[in-house]
Amino acid sequence: MTATTALPTEERVVRREALYFAVRNPKLVIGFSIVLVLALTGLFGPVILGVDAPNEYVAMPMLPPTSEYWFGTTTQGQDVFVQFVYGLRTTILAGAIGGGIAAVIAMVIGFVAGYRGGMVDEVLNMLTNIVLVIPTLAVLLIINAYLGIRSVGMQALLIGLTSWPWAARAIRAQTFSLRSRDFVDLARLSGVGTPRIIAREIAPNMSSYLFMTFILLFGSSVLIAASLDFIGLGPTEGVSLGLMLQNATQWSALQLGLWWWFVPPGAAITAVVGALYVANVGLDEVFNPKLRET
Amino acid sequence: MLKVENVTKVYKVGTFGGRTLTAVDAVSFEVRPGEVVSLIGESGSGKSTIGKMILGLIPMTGGTITVDGVPVKPGRDYYRSVQGVFQDPFSCYNPVFKADRVFQLIKDSYYPSVPGKEWTERVHSAIEDVRLNPREVLGKFPHQLSGGQLQRLLIARALLLDLKLLIADEITSMLDASTRIDVLNLLAELKGRGLSVLYVTHDLSLGHYLAERTVVLRSGAVVEMGLTHKVFDDPLHPYTRQLLSSVPRLHAPWEDAPPVETCLYHERGATGGLYEAEPGHFVACAKLDDC
Ligand SMILES: Nc1ncnc2c1ncn2[C@@H]1O[C@H](COP(=O)(O)OP(=O)(O)OP(=O)(O)O)[C@@H](O)[C@H]1O
Ligand SMILES: [Mg+2]
Repeated sequence: MTATTALPTEERVVRREALYFAVRNPKLVIGFSIVLVLALTGLFGPVILGVDAPNEYVAMPMLPPTSEYWFGTTTQGQDVFVQFVYGLRTTILAGAIGGGIAAVIAMVIGFVAGYRGGMVDEVLNMLTNIVLVIPTLAVLLIINAYLGIRSVGMQALLIGLTSWPWAARAIRAQTFSLRSRDFVDLARLSGVGTPRIIAREIAPNMSSYLFMTFILLFGSSVLIAASLDFIGLGPTEGVSLGLMLQNATQWSALQLGLWWWFVPPGAAITAVVGALYVANVGLDEVFNPKLRET
Repeated sequence: MLKVENVTKVYKVGTFGGRTLTAVDAVSFEVRPGEVVSLIGESGSGKSTIGKMILGLIPMTGGTITVDGVPVKPGRDYYRSVQGVFQDPFSCYNPVFKADRVFQLIKDSYYPSVPGKEWTERVHSAIEDVRLNPREVLGKFPHQLSGGQLQRLLIARALLLDLKLLIADEITSMLDASTRIDVLNLLAELKGRGLSVLYVTHDLSLGHYLAERTVVLRSGAVVEMGLTHKVFDDPLHPYTRQLLSSVPRLHAPWEDAPPVETCLYHERGATGGLYEAEPGHFVACAKLDDC
């Protein structure tokens, strides 16, 4: 590439180059494909199936998978596949919203505390510690008692608002160590303001780290949502993968050999989180030019 | 031009910031327009700390720094005319971007209206000024360039602006002898055009060549300063003398100059400050702790 084209369009070139390596990275492609397939299944599956009551009794209880009921039926004669598709939607939604909210809060607090340091850092650190030691479940119980959690969105919001502290700390620590590098000072000498330095100098250095954080927050949101479902704080209507697992356990699916009841939701949760993890490794290679060349 | 008065920097160190470290101790000096002043001192004597305070990158604990009578106000306008080249070129580049992004940042902030083609020409000529081939260095990631190349790109970057003052922190540390001379000649030329330079170095011979005046720093405090030839030809402070006469001796560790029993300048008012031994030639008391 000649310098003449590289200079004025530097930012775009970097982005295009990242994309070039991204589509050629098998880990990234496979990881994202799995998540995408599952997300699309959750999104469009219920529409295609045309069923709007996944918890209805539809057939003989405890049927193993057949051509009609792909994933068999539960002890109550519910179609596991229909539940699975609906559950996928709820679960990915809860993970994305909860993880997304938590990631945004963690990033704002982590970046500001780590970059600013001093008093700002101490105040934000205190806030982080307070939220960290608050027993999340107890708070959710109380909130539920007063407000009632009826929708997936509400549940995800509460999860997001309470699960960010560890991520904020991790981002703060990373920011803190990057901030002392001379390129940050050089950017300041170039007249770049603080928000831009954080977004353009510091964040790109930890983009795979941020993505990893989101993945973990995504995963933990899925799991927290499942445990809330279990103790009766979940959305009152509908179904989630966590709720399915919980039902299966309650009805002793394992002991009764109803593997089709708990394997699909378990596998789906694992697949979502695992695929995101694989994608993250690939992303690391894309973002880190040093890893690319070997 | 640049006036540094009584500047002090105390770092909090230790686990809970319990201990303090005085990196810069009541340092005062001045750089006049079109003048090169070299700041000499051993490693850890606080040279870079002074440079960063002048650039407004770290807060001062005490004292004042003014440029053209105006206190340092870090920000876009200040950096339009006051720039720095840092000591460690490897740490100056964002590893995830190409090295020439440092030029782009300057363009975005200061010359957004310059057409791309003209800007590219300016960048090329600045790069050629530091004796690099634009073809070889542009479009590469920092890890694909050598320390000397990175260092010279940083000098080229500073040259893109219309500078009044340049803080040059060991800018030739990674250059070979011939390139070093070229870079110094470049500085001499810029100086001829009115640029003031604070030339931080521990390479004594080169400081000699370029600078009108020299400031000798030891553990954060000025021990001697004055016209370069005065300081070099007739050093007054034992530390300066030793620094200048120091020839590496194998198998013998460096020994600090022994404190003098009766300090020559103590009685003459050097207590806590500098004594003007002859016009424009200042020296600190040699009986460090007791004065
Ligand atoms: N951020 C910091 N926190 C605590 N102490 C620091 C910090 N930065 C520098 N110091 C200390 O301040 C003193 C002066 O450091 P400085 O970098 O200014 O030295 P220097 O003269 O530039 O040395 P060198 O020639 O090795 O570059 C050193 O003792 C160093 O340990
Ligand atoms: Mg230094």
